[in-house]
Amino acid sequence: MAFFLRRLLGIIPILFLTWTVVFVVFEFIPGDPVSLMMGGVPASDEVMANERARLGLDKPVLERYASFLGRAVVGDFGESYKARQPVTQMIREQIRPTLELAAGGLVVGLGLGLLLGVLAGLKPNSWLDTVCIFLALAGGSLPSFWSGMLLIYVFGTVLAWVPIVGSGFSALILPSIATGLFMAGDFARLVRSSIIDAMKQNYIRTAYAKGLAPIRIVGKHALRNALIPPITMLGIQLSTLIGGAVVTENVFARPGLGTMLVDAVLNKDMPLVQALIVYTTGVYVLVNLLVDLLYVLIDPRIKYARTPSR
Amino acid sequence: MTTLALSPARLRSASFLSGLREFLKHPGALAGTIVLAAFVVCAIFAPWLAPFDPSETDIGMRLGPPDAITWFGADIHGRDIFSRVIWGARYSLPVGFATLVVGLIIGGTFGVMLGYIGGRFDAIASRIIDVLLGFPSIVLAIMVVAVLGVGLVNVVVAVAIAEIPRFARVIRGAVLVAKQNLYVEAALAMGASSTRVMFLHILPAIMPTVIVLGTLNLGNAILSTATLSFLGLGAQPPAPEWGAMLNSGREYMRYAPWTMMAPGLALFLAVIAVNLIGDRLSEVIDPRNARRR
Repeated sequence: MAFFLRRLLGIIPILFLTWTVVFVVFEFIPGDPVSLMMGGVPASDEVMANERARLGLDKPVLERYASFLGRAVVGDFGESYKARQPVTQMIREQIRPTLELAAGGLVVGLGLGLLLGVLAGLKPNSWLDTVCIFLALAGGSLPSFWSGMLLIYVFGTVLAWVPIVGSGFSALILPSIATGLFMAGDFARLVRSSIIDAMKQNYIRTAYAKGLAPIRIVGKHALRNALIPPITMLGIQLSTLIGGAVVTENVFARPGLGTMLVDAVLNKDMPLVQALIVYTTGVYVLVNLLVDLLYVLIDPRIKYARTPSR
Repeated sequence: MTTLALSPARLRSASFLSGLREFLKHPGALAGTIVLAAFVVCAIFAPWLAPFDPSETDIGMRLGPPDAITWFGADIHGRDIFSRVIWGARYSLPVGFATLVVGLIIGGTFGVMLGYIGGRFDAIASRIIDVLLGFPSIVLAIMVVAVLGVGLVNVVVAVAIAEIPRFARVIRGAVLVAKQNLYVEAALAMGASSTRVMFLHILPAIMPTVIVLGTLNLGNAILSTATLSFLGLGAQPPAPEWGAMLNSGREYMRYAPWTMMAPGLALFLAVIAVNLIGDRLSEVIDPRNARRR
């Protein structure tokens, strides 16, 4: 519990830093936000000045920084230049499809990675190992936008097994595969080396000596212990997943935060970009916290008596 | 990621040729080298290798399927896709490489400084790196494009910036190990300046790490820059960049799937070739990375 609290407190400086970085970066963006907002429509100086005052842009930098931080704490990042809506509300409306895609990609990526990794790791340097490792490498080299297009073409157009557009579960299958394939490679390699290590441990020899069935040894004893390093990666892989979602949403023309981000950048809709980045980081930090807690559940040997050394 | 630091002696003692032989013994590395060499040849000799001008349009050939003349078919403007893919090697490879070099130089400088100076400066900066590592690199790159504007040069800068935290983190680790060497201590005891120690003693020691880190990330750099071009943030049409070609081909994918086959395949082959080479190179340069037996 104390560990949990300490980790929770540790998030504060990270969030604070992120907000500062985001604020500073967007301070330096060339171009006047108000004229961006007007979208090139000519406006009188008076209108511009009013708008600037309404947005608080006429105040000194430090004061704006303070108010930015204050609003960031309550999750208010202003309103979109283009849609003229509060960005937080826009994000809330679009977060669901992205979460679904991320979850789907995670399931595919973990499942495939686990399968390849275990197959490769059980018999190191066998032909099966070579094939699995090559597949893992190929998966990581596959441009996810291209694999997405291939999937659409083969399963959506030629075979017509699944709908290409839509919001149901069946429309989620292909995007999840495209997102997951890219992730599976890294994960498979990690599982592989982790399994190889685990299979050399004494408790595995003990399990064999006890006469347990190999499937139980691998499934229960080896896998459980071998999963710890890959789970550490899970937190880091989340950023791959988010990045993958940006691309996949674009390819499959799915609504979601990724599509929103690319559009926001193309439209120079800065409050939206700011908010999206801040929320992404927030989610990332939270998931990493959860991952840390997950270790304890999987491996009771890990007890956070002391601060984990980083 | 493991820290990959080695004494420079190991690198020197294994002669270059035997290292090369060791490297090419691996069928994957051999295949990767051949494929990459083919792409480099394409990039250099594109004007002679490509049968057509990559930007020459031909209305009669619009979305023409692959045949004896246009091997990979034609795109919506009737341009020969085979020629465009060959010219595309002039974009993706140099752009990926440039990204990597910029990222390594900046990230490496940070890494060396952090690892060498250490102390509170290192502690604070490392926290910032932790935060930056939290940004999905493609999102970070998109953010930089948002600041700089759309374009291929800006994409190079954006992806390079997005890679800096990771490079800095790994190189910092290597420097921490290299700093432990007795010869560093000796040089400092003899009154060598910090700059001298960094350049003459630390830098050679971390070179293997830098090379491995570089080759392992070149594939990623090529992929990321192509991805941004695909999203419309990088190379703009009519440039025959593979990502941009895929982007303009996807509208016609249903009737003319060949518009997306060749550019995507070229990108995939280039990345997998680089990754195979990187994998093998990291095994040869640092045997600790070798597959465990």
